[in-house]
Amino acid sequence: MDLLIQILDSAIRLSTPLLLACLAGLYSERAGIFDIGLEGKMLAAAFAAAATAALTNDAWLGLLAGIVTSSAFALLHGYASITQRGNQIVSGVAINFLAAGLTVFLGQAWFRQGGRTPQLSAEGRFRGVELDKYPELGAIGQVLHSILRPIADIPVIGPIFEQIILGHNILVYLAFLAVPLTWWVVYRTRFGLRLRAVGENPAAVDTAGISVIWLRYRAVLICGIMCGMAGSYLSIAQSVGFTKDMSAGRGFIALAALIFAKWRPWPALGACFLFGFLDAGANIFQGRDLPVIGAVPVQFIQALPYILTVILLAGFIGKAVPPKAGGVPYVKER
Amino acid sequence: MSAPFAKLPAWADYGLIPLLNVTAAFLVSGLVVLSIGENPIDAVRILVWGAFGFGEGIGFTLFYATNFIFTGLAVAVAFHAGLFNIGGEGQAYLGGLGAALVALALDRYVPWWITFPIAIAGAALFGALWAFIAAWLQAYRDSHVVITTILLNYIAAALMGWLLVDHLSPVGSMAPETRTFEAGAQFPKLGGLFEAIGLDIGGAPVNVTFFVALVAAYAVYLLIWRTRLGYEIRTTGLNPVAGVYAGIAPARIIIIAMLISGALAGMMALNPVLGEQYRLQLELVGGAGFVGIAVALMGRSHPIGIILASLLFGMLYQGGAELAFEMPDITRDMIVVIQALVILFAGALEHMFRPSLARIFAALSGSRKTAAASEVS
Repeated sequence: MDLLIQILDSAIRLSTPLLLACLAGLYSERAGIFDIGLEGKMLAAAFAAAATAALTNDAWLGLLAGIVTSSAFALLHGYASITQRGNQIVSGVAINFLAAGLTVFLGQAWFRQGGRTPQLSAEGRFRGVELDKYPELGAIGQVLHSILRPIADIPVIGPIFEQIILGHNILVYLAFLAVPLTWWVVYRTRFGLRLRAVGENPAAVDTAGISVIWLRYRAVLICGIMCGMAGSYLSIAQSVGFTKDMSAGRGFIALAALIFAKWRPWPALGACFLFGFLDAGANIFQGRDLPVIGAVPVQFIQALPYILTVILLAGFIGKAVPPKAGGVPYVKER
Repeated sequence: MSAPFAKLPAWADYGLIPLLNVTAAFLVSGLVVLSIGENPIDAVRILVWGAFGFGEGIGFTLFYATNFIFTGLAVAVAFHAGLFNIGGEGQAYLGGLGAALVALALDRYVPWWITFPIAIAGAALFGALWAFIAAWLQAYRDSHVVITTILLNYIAAALMGWLLVDHLSPVGSMAPETRTFEAGAQFPKLGGLFEAIGLDIGGAPVNVTFFVALVAAYAVYLLIWRTRLGYEIRTTGLNPVAGVYAGIAPARIIIIAMLISGALAGMMALNPVLGEQYRLQLELVGGAGFVGIAVALMGRSHPIGIILASLLFGMLYQGGAELAFEMPDITRDMIVVIQALVILFAGALEHMFRPSLARIFAALSGSRKTAAASEVS
């Protein structure tokens, strides 16, 4: 039981960056701009956030720097794929390498710690807060404490709730709140309707007198902001600084999750949590013998999200159909 | 693709625009170096000296270039079929497995020149098989080859890690690598050959695989522009619908092009595995699969362009090592930045200079009528 709580708690923390990046990709791809540069944007944001937080000792400024940097990369992708009508895949690949190279290059030039950023102080990071310390956070904390304390006092489920759901840092909650928010934006607002339309049939949107270019730029920018949060989470919430290639393929797992979820927000939550859960399990069960199956090689569990997605793409678990106009630059008829 | 843009003379299309794009990439790279307070012109001087200034440098430059010719050709063949194979990294990794299995089986019994063709076949076969998964999914399951090849890169890394740690390393050894091959699976280095022309390349690992790469480049040229299959590949890449009209089955072309692409990527592994280290190690590909993307874009998917671009990236890799030694602030990660900028400017932003260039050409020729006509079309 304790083990399960430990895994679930860890799964929530590990699925947070996946979820933010996955929803980021959802906005962009639903608008018809394929984005395999999620990985690079996360990495760039992780570096910018850690570097800023190390210099200012302020986690919020770090987050801001992460978001701004990631958005700049997103706009570059937008410029290449919307304005210049370039190949979106090629642009995404370029962004991934640009981030991988620049972060370590600048990190070494600025901090001279082999591409790392200095270890962050407590103020420079987002940390989880114990329920009993909520009142110290001011008025909102007191209100939350008065609501949550009685729930946590319920026998049996209370402590489990407290250990699994509570005590995370604020970015974790923002990530999970982003799921219903994204659902609402995409399916219940005018912007969302247009976003989906521009990804399926941009000519129809254009005919209705709505700017395809502006709409797609906004989608790409939202993607940049959310990737910025995902990357900042890696370096200034989950770890105590930036290390080389710290995104470690999470951008691609998020992309896999997006396909797995067939570009829909709630299934995205499920897919990201599943992949986070696998990751948590792999960490905890590394080298242990499991009942029934025996020792599973850790590499197999690490590769499982990718293997599952390949099987999905092979059409054995339903069919994932991407937005129809995805990857195709829009050319106005003349 | 060129529909929304004005037409240019062929020499500008194939010469001037790529040159402008690559120049832009290097200018921005210079700005990056400048931004950390180093002198980019000094950096270039050290880089070129490190790559071509002395024998061993040249040997290393050619060694790295060998890798990039293979991976560049791999990306290019797929490009001609309209496919973007980002899986060179994984295919080359698996190619290393094929080559190493041949080497481990034969090295104690036969001389190297018998192992040589079999190892080439082994590397090509394993690379092609790994590419086949993505090819089949694209051809018959309609799932995008870009996504599947990325996923397969990660699966390949996990698979090879598992094999090397748990199965291929000798009993009692903790290092995740195979035993060292014996003389029967060690490709000869080219030191002697260079000495004959009066150049001492020292311990540089450039080996016979370099010639295999050149032969492969010529073979790709013949295949793409001189055979029926090459014609079918190019037709499918330019316009699959027209291809169907001409009786070309796109699924068959996708599979064949990806098999060739994977085989070329797989053969890259010969260079480090049988030519340098004489054993199979973790991370033997070291990003060469991705450099292939930049090389193919820069070389416009033509074998000659690819060989030149590979030499340039070989120079960056070798010269970059010297540069990191002379200017410690400029780490080898700068090469990744340059590679990214080449992909960005020569790939994603390839049409950026076209409109202004078209305007200049129109003004020069003085015939505003044609310019206006092309604007309308």
